Amino acid sequence: MALQYSPYVTGQGITPDQPVPFSHEHHVGGLGLECRYCHGGVEVSRFAGLPPTETCMTCHSQLWTNAAMLAPVRRSLAEDRPIRWRRVNNLPDYVYFDHSVHVRNGVGCTSCHGPVDSMPLMRQAAPLTMGWCLGCHRDPAPHLRPESEIYAGHWTPPADQAARGAALIGHYGIRTAHLTDCSVCHR
Amino acid sequence: MSAAATEPGPPSASHAGVIGLVADPVLGRPASRRWWIAFLLAGLVTLGFLGCITWVLVAGIGLYGNNTTVVWGFPIANYVWWIGIGNAGTLISALLLLTRQPWRAAINRFAEAMTLFAASIAGLFPILHLGRPYRAYWLAPYPNSMELWPQWRSALVWDFAAIASYLIFSFLFWYLGLIPDLATLRDRARSRGARLAYGVLAFGWRGSARHWQRHDAVYRAMAALAVPLVVSVHSVVGLDFAASLMPGWQESIFPPYFVVGALFSGFAMVVTLAVILRWGLGLQALITDRHFDAMGKVILAAAWVMSLSYLTEWFMAWYGGDPAERGVLRFQFTGPYAPLYAAMLACNLLAPQLLWWRRLRTNLPVLLGVAVLVNVGMWLERILIIWNTLSHGYLPSMRRLFQPTLWDWLTLATSFGLFALLFLCFVRLLPAVAMHDVNKQRHEQGGAA
Repeated sequence: MALQYSPYVTGQGITPDQPVPFSHEHHVGGLGLECRYCHGGVEVSRFAGLPPTETCMTCHSQLWTNAAMLAPVRRSLAEDRPIRWRRVNNLPDYVYFDHSVHVRNGVGCTSCHGPVDSMPLMRQAAPLTMGWCLGCHRDPAPHLRPESEIYAGHWTPPADQAARGAALIGHYGIRTAHLTDCSVCHR
Repeated sequence: MSAAATEPGPPSASHAGVIGLVADPVLGRPASRRWWIAFLLAGLVTLGFLGCITWVLVAGIGLYGNNTTVVWGFPIANYVWWIGIGNAGTLISALLLLTRQPWRAAINRFAEAMTLFAASIAGLFPILHLGRPYRAYWLAPYPNSMELWPQWRSALVWDFAAIASYLIFSFLFWYLGLIPDLATLRDRARSRGARLAYGVLAFGWRGSARHWQRHDAVYRAMAALAVPLVVSVHSVVGLDFAASLMPGWQESIFPPYFVVGALFSGFAMVVTLAVILRWGLGLQALITDRHFDAMGKVILAAAWVMSLSYLTEWFMAWYGGDPAERGVLRFQFTGPYAPLYAAMLACNLLAPQLLWWRRLRTNLPVLLGVAVLVNVGMWLERILIIWNTLSHGYLPSMRRLFQPTLWDWLTLATSFGLFALLFLCFVRLLPAVAMHDVNKQRHEQGGAA
């Protein structure tokens, strides 16, 4: 019974190898880039999106231009071929997950993706099982943040989160009665 | 056995004779040639059944003749039919025990084995007719990472619980009855291997007064549980249809009607097996005319309850005045399936009328013929319940007929192979008659006389 919750099945905590060892710890935690600088679609689209090579080159055409680590990025631009990143958070295609609806309604990045700003290499922070999704959809209040905190690298709920969360449900106009309907995700 | 009091049985039907008669085919003689032939044939057909199952798992349920209107076809009819066959074994061992019918002792063991095997085969069909059979375990309520549970309002989920509990219960009930006989086999076995095997299976039964007192108490308690169980299992099967909104299905008569139908076809199958077993194992001294007489009466009574059910269905369809119900009724009698419907009525209502006469009830060819016809008729009833209603639903533009495919027929036909194979193994390895029960009846009869 425990096997289905194990990382072996869920993929939680696994850090796959990437063609370029991109470090969120360096770019977000160290340099202070905000999430939306690279993942630009997150507020408007179902997909947060991976940045194209051009985004990397806004800096790396000038910075570390000879670094061996960045050779695949330069090659990608020269050959006009995208970098083959490996997806870390992968849902089956019968799940219609929408990033925009979450980040515009008080769910911050770290609630699901973990403390990305301290991950040298990206790993899957959450189990991504349906039960894990439903945990929040049944009771969203403990996880809701004000708009200003959505992209905060580290967020811990304040002491009065129960009252704040309840107020935020009203603020965002979340219809909690229908959050666990099948059609919300399995369209 | 009370038959011994009224009918002079052969001399072998004494206390030791019963044990010799039943246990010897298991322990003593090597398997006869006809057993081996039957075993090989059944094995081949079973391989065919496994082939059918494999192919439907590989290729998908599009192999069957089901279409978008008649979404249930052979698998569900086969399922209802097989589980109905299983009904009689439990009723014989439980209901007839509670009502103190001494004649049940000679037939209850193999009737229970029949229940077990038929219910096992029945349980396969609902899984085979799933589009994604490898997800069948989602019907079980187990804590999972999806935090998803079965829908308790669906009769098909009740079905899962009904079949599962029926299988487990039937096995335990049958095994409990077997324990004293397994000990007898252990004590009579000459080879060390057989002594060891039956010794392990007999759980150290010594036949002490305390053993017997507890065995009887548990057996009676289980019998008292078995009767409501068997009634509810077949009611649930009826509710698969009756809980729907379809004309011809949405009838409150279905649960009892299905229970009696199951009893009807189940007893017909017991008669068939009893005839074969009596001939194959030479049990003429134990399975006597009295048994066939009694089972014939049960079949006749059930046929009349079935007639009453059909009449009620027809009357209520007309009396209710619902055009859809009346339409299905008209379709039953005049539609393309009408010849099959007539054949079903002939098999289920007319054929058993021969059993009014005791002379015909104890005439084995006649009784066997009626029993086979009843089983054919009951299968027709199950498939026609599906075809008539689904082919003639509410929306005329959705009306379609069912064309069975080769795979439909093959899966049905080869499922008998597995049943035969299991039954042949049973008669070779285990006592086909409850020896301790028969001897107890003999003893009580002797004491009374």
